[in-house]
Amino acid sequence: MTAQPIPAAPDLDLLPSDVETDLRRSVRAVLAKTCPTEALVALADGTDEVSGPAWSALAHDLGLAALLVPEEHGGAGAGPREAAVVAEECGRACAPVPFLTSAVLATSLLVRLGAAEPLARLGEGTTAALVVPAGTGSAGAWARRAGVEVSGGRLVGEVRGVVGLPADLLLVPVDGPDGAALHLVPADADGVTVSTHTSLDATRSVSDVRLDLEAGTPLATGDQVTAALDHALATAAGVLAAEQAGLAAWCLEQTVAHLSERRQFGRVVGGFQALKHRLADLYAEVGQASAVAAHAAAALAGETDVPVSVAVAQAFCSEVAVHAAEEAVQLHGGLGMTWESPVHLRLKRAKADHVLLGSPDAHRDNLARLVDLPAPTPEAG
Amino acid sequence: MSEQHRSDLEQRVTALLEAHDPATTGRAEFLRARWDAGLAWVHFPEGLGGLGLPRDLQAHVDDLLAAAGAPDNAPERNGIGLGMAAPTILAHGTPEQHERFLRPLWLGEEIWCQLFSEPGAGSDLAAVATRAVRDEPSDEWVVNGQKVWTSSAHLADFAILVARTDPDVPKHGGLSYFLLGMREPGVEVRPLRQLTGEAEFNEVFLTDVRVPDAQRLGAVGEGWRIANTTLNSERVSIGGQAVPREAGMVGKVAAAWRAAPERRTHGAHRRLLDLWVQAEAARITGSRVRQQLAVGAPGPEGSATKLVFARLAQELSALEVELLEEDGLRYDDWTLTRPEKVDFTGRDAGYRYLRAKGNSIEGGTSEILRNIIAERVLGLPGEPRVDKDVAWKDLPR
Repeated sequence: MTAQPIPAAPDLDLLPSDVETDLRRSVRAVLAKTCPTEALVALADGTDEVSGPAWSALAHDLGLAALLVPEEHGGAGAGPREAAVVAEECGRACAPVPFLTSAVLATSLLVRLGAAEPLARLGEGTTAALVVPAGTGSAGAWARRAGVEVSGGRLVGEVRGVVGLPADLLLVPVDGPDGAALHLVPADADGVTVSTHTSLDATRSVSDVRLDLEAGTPLATGDQVTAALDHALATAAGVLAAEQAGLAAWCLEQTVAHLSERRQFGRVVGGFQALKHRLADLYAEVGQASAVAAHAAAALAGETDVPVSVAVAQAFCSEVAVHAAEEAVQLHGGLGMTWESPVHLRLKRAKADHVLLGSPDAHRDNLARLVDLPAPTPEAG
Repeated sequence: MSEQHRSDLEQRVTALLEAHDPATTGRAEFLRARWDAGLAWVHFPEGLGGLGLPRDLQAHVDDLLAAAGAPDNAPERNGIGLGMAAPTILAHGTPEQHERFLRPLWLGEEIWCQLFSEPGAGSDLAAVATRAVRDEPSDEWVVNGQKVWTSSAHLADFAILVARTDPDVPKHGGLSYFLLGMREPGVEVRPLRQLTGEAEFNEVFLTDVRVPDAQRLGAVGEGWRIANTTLNSERVSIGGQAVPREAGMVGKVAAAWRAAPERRTHGAHRRLLDLWVQAEAARITGSRVRQQLAVGAPGPEGSATKLVFARLAQELSALEVELLEEDGLRYDDWTLTRPEKVDFTGRDAGYRYLRAKGNSIEGGTSEILRNIIAERVLGLPGEPRVDKDVAWKDLPR
């Protein structure tokens, strides 16, 4: 039997505040206006008339680029609960904006390191991206794949699969013999090469970053960098769960709406029990995903139970989002396979989100350690 | 407002405890005093054991009284009475019926059971065939029929009964709701043994059982609507309780995993972690449903609670049997017993695996619950109803 008990569940407020409800309403209205389906679909054809206006409306009109920037640095001083509300709406709308990568992930890292000057710039609308490979869910995961080193006073290396570019400012963690360090590099500096790929999810770009430039003085070094990385990645992972919950809710609603209209065999097809039961099961999952994401945001806000809450939220909401999107494609029938339909956008985003900050399997592996459910040992196997 | 309620309640509890010290007061006397103080169920009206306060305040009262060493009304002995009969009687009963039934029910002096399901009316509850015929001279109803899956019938003093009073109209409109005395002549209770070996439930045979018209709840023909009050209470009462992390079935499986490192496999590990996450998601969702109920805004996701609970209980208990390997082949006891209290996580792994099969049947099958969610929450079309406009007596059987 286990020697120590597993972490007890905290008692968290899972209901939205009035401020959060108002915020949700504002974000939903802005995204409905700025993210029409045709424009989102056109992204994959190389036409981007949507990401600029959408981000401008969120960042400048609603001031959400600086949502997590403390007030003393010119931001709104809000927390993970508010960020989760915005992310949930971004997920519903499939918004092609750097909210998660810049306003949550990069910002949380800088806030934890107390980086006043860059935070003030983020508050004014500068965007930032953390230069780690997609799939990185913790400082430990990053250290196993760190691609950049400081060599002869130069920052050298390549990081593949970075999300959140283009951005104005690159946050480059480096793992060296003296421990971790975080360097700030302007994206337009000489010696920075960003090659952007065609991405599975056209609403979120994937790039490789090559660096070969003067290292300069790091923003921070040592354990505080790894601690801040863990904090920022956990915050982003918890907030991503809300994006996934929002995306799943959209898929359910659209599918129910479609099946309530579509007729075959002289009946509204949503009346067939085979479909009703699938949607009822999906409804149960979507409701749970929303609760679990709210729980993760509340845990992050209260700085309690963060590792377990975030791992549960990622393991659960990642799966629900993909399942909801796959069900939406299937239950839209032939329509779900078409380029014009908004459904495939969610499938692609859901599948990319699945990988973005650590797969559900990676988060379950974390949980195995956190709640004392260890894997089989080789000699036992 | 809530703070005001709480401090007011705390004063009432203190007054009750001062006037009736649990250390020196007999159990029955204390419970009667608690009823009179309106602290039995605070969400009930004044004069009926309550104070007309929000329901969630009751837990606070219960905690205070338990901390003071006060006796409770043994709610586990009268689950059907407290959870289903009482809210239905309160909602649809006359003042005389409130006066007659609620107090002894809460005090535990009268135990209740539920006579709804029949061999020919399970999911299709509105098809019940038990007949109640009015005997004008005596102002009584004469009941004949067979009911099934009745827990506590052998202990019960009263039953909530749905019976057919008009076979000449379509099925939903011909039902009425009665409060039937289980000690009356003509009531025969037989244990119904189930696949676990025990008999939690009974079959109840009703032969010319007499029910005074004063024990009819609501109007003649209103039985279906009233039964829905009862059934909605049941769906709230199953799977809605506050639980700590790893409580219930998942805790049993986790303990089995931790106890036997040599039995661990990678496949089982993957399933275990997946189910652990799902159980935690269900726990969190339950917390949110309770928070919504507490502020009077129940969210629709509550309707899916039982659906999820049943599936998880089955998958977890199945995994536990496998994790136990050779010990999973054992069963504690097939003897026919009649447990008064059912514990889904009690006894051994084999029992838990078998008993969990009932979770997706009792209180509405998972299939019917999916229909309900799809139709009432998602607004999808109802099932084709071939029996909707046909007189009950003309339905094929």
